[in-house]
Amino acid sequence: MKSSGAKPVMEGNRTGIQTAPELAEEMIEGASIAMPSSEGGPEEAAELRAEYIAEGFPLGSKPGIAVSEEADADEEEAGLAVFMDKLGERLAFERMGTRLYEALYNKCETLGEAAPGPTLEDIQQIGSEELQHFLLLNRTIVEAGGDPTVQTPCADVAAVASLGIMQVLTDPRTSMAQSLQAILTAELTDNAGWELLIQLADNLGYEELSTQFQEALAHEEEHLVNVRSWLSECVMENAQV
Amino acid sequence: MTLDIFKEKGTPLDKQVFTWRDLVQAPTSKLDDDAFTRVRIILMNGLEANAIRTSHAMARMMNGEMRLPLAKVRRVEQHQQTMVNWLLPADLSPLETTIGFEQVAIEVTASVALREPDEYLAQVYRFGLLEDFDHLYRFSALMDRIAGGDANNILQNYTDIMPGRPTMVEHRAPEDDLREHYDSTTADPLTKLHALTITAAENQTHDYYMTIGPMFADPLARQLYAEIASIEEQHTTQYESLLDPKETPLEKWLMHEAMEVYNYFSCMQYETNPRVKDIWTRFVDYELGQMHMVMELFKQMDGRDPAQILPATLPEPIDYQSHRQFVRETLTNEVDLRASGTQFTHKEDEEDRSPLSIAYRDQMNSEGSPSEIVAAGYTYTPGTELVEGKSVFAKGASA
Repeated sequence: MKSSGAKPVMEGNRTGIQTAPELAEEMIEGASIAMPSSEGGPEEAAELRAEYIAEGFPLGSKPGIAVSEEADADEEEAGLAVFMDKLGERLAFERMGTRLYEALYNKCETLGEAAPGPTLEDIQQIGSEELQHFLLLNRTIVEAGGDPTVQTPCADVAAVASLGIMQVLTDPRTSMAQSLQAILTAELTDNAGWELLIQLADNLGYEELSTQFQEALAHEEEHLVNVRSWLSECVMENAQV
Repeated sequence: MTLDIFKEKGTPLDKQVFTWRDLVQAPTSKLDDDAFTRVRIILMNGLEANAIRTSHAMARMMNGEMRLPLAKVRRVEQHQQTMVNWLLPADLSPLETTIGFEQVAIEVTASVALREPDEYLAQVYRFGLLEDFDHLYRFSALMDRIAGGDANNILQNYTDIMPGRPTMVEHRAPEDDLREHYDSTTADPLTKLHALTITAAENQTHDYYMTIGPMFADPLARQLYAEIASIEEQHTTQYESLLDPKETPLEKWLMHEAMEVYNYFSCMQYETNPRVKDIWTRFVDYELGQMHMVMELFKQMDGRDPAQILPATLPEPIDYQSHRQFVRETLTNEVDLRASGTQFTHKEDEEDRSPLSIAYRDQMNSEGSPSEIVAAGYTYTPGTELVEGKSVFAKGASA
């Protein structure tokens, strides 16, 4: 049988309970007559989770210092390990950020530039800055005697936390506004991440690095302002206000 | 270290018990554990999955008398699989787990190919190895280009990332995927253990890709998983065809239990994580207990002595180390091999000798090849290709 080639018809959102009011009544009635099989509430789950938390298994070791050696590390070693961990986090984030903006570029290129929203040149500008930041961090880690290919614990956490952002950006069905909403999460985190890294560099006495990082933060602040503004314009346009 | 599998009785089946807390222990560390610990976990999960799969197939096809013993052993296997698989941590993303699966397919198959006493089967393993080797390269490119991830964080330098037999030419007609089976009456026991191990490993890879493929939003990732899952289905077809169909169901069950003993014993000998080693050690005993129970059934139902089919002591363990040189040599010598019926031929002869595969492949690739697209111009670079500034945003950025 030949496919009709027709586009799917979207007949409305069916997820809410009021999609079918009569069935909703039955749903509510069914749930209300059932009794839970055990007493208590969500705190029971917290107790179970606490057992695992208390076991104290970490995600893994920071660069240059094994988890088992952390307790014996002196101030300098501990400071450097935390700094490398956070550098690794920012590096991973900027690297992923470059890929996220590539996905946004792809979408904008396909859908066509539309006002409101970023132009291809706007995205190119931010993307190339993300790439520059990644390369800056890569050089910084090498110059500090580290290995920029290490996936540090904080980099690992950042990757887990960002997984959803990547899913939104690479989904061909998401709109420009939806993509910008996800990018906003990344940019807010990115700004806070650079601020923290600068604070850490200052406290550890890495003045030169701190200055370089200030420049990156200035870019990121600009990205944030732009993304916020494009998102807001897109949403207002959609709402026709 | 050897193990006399007739003398060692292991843990009796009724003493093989668990609790939910016991099943769900703290997972391993993606960052700190050795890559081969993950390789072993993935492999053993696959072997337990195969034990359950095979047991269900037997229960559906055999007489009622066998259903209870099958169900009893299967229940323990269910929980063994859980305890093993749940050792994988949640920060290991589906794509990272995929890299781990391909590392299993490369390093374990390489060890098997090197030790296999039957030259024809060794050739089959080398043939499949070069295809999984290519999958690793394609998935690494996907990880780099979709998520800015470095596959070597998972591989830990043990396994090369470079093209093998291109995935796009691995698509074959079923006529060219079946192989000749070993003869159960004359085959070395190691040959049987190998064939079962690799069949199980590939089958779980297929099932894993079929489960996670639709979880990706990116259409290229979805196509790539669709394409490579199709090859894993071919590989399962290829490897299971190595098993002798003349073996009785009980003979197959007994060999499967022996294969599990062999593999847990191999894992135990190489394991560097003491917590995981305790699990392998416990499960060697569990599998011995299961195997001895099946030995009794084999005697009763088939009226044969298990010593006719089982080795007195276990062969040398699976070699859990990098097989870089062997893989590279195989790549140099055999990358241009193609399948023709149950045999292998040079790619130049494929058009004449495997016309069905050519037609099938042309059809499947006629709207584009995801495995080629994902790795277009891709060379693995430590820290991702962005280190070399390879991005659409390269203009303005300097390495």
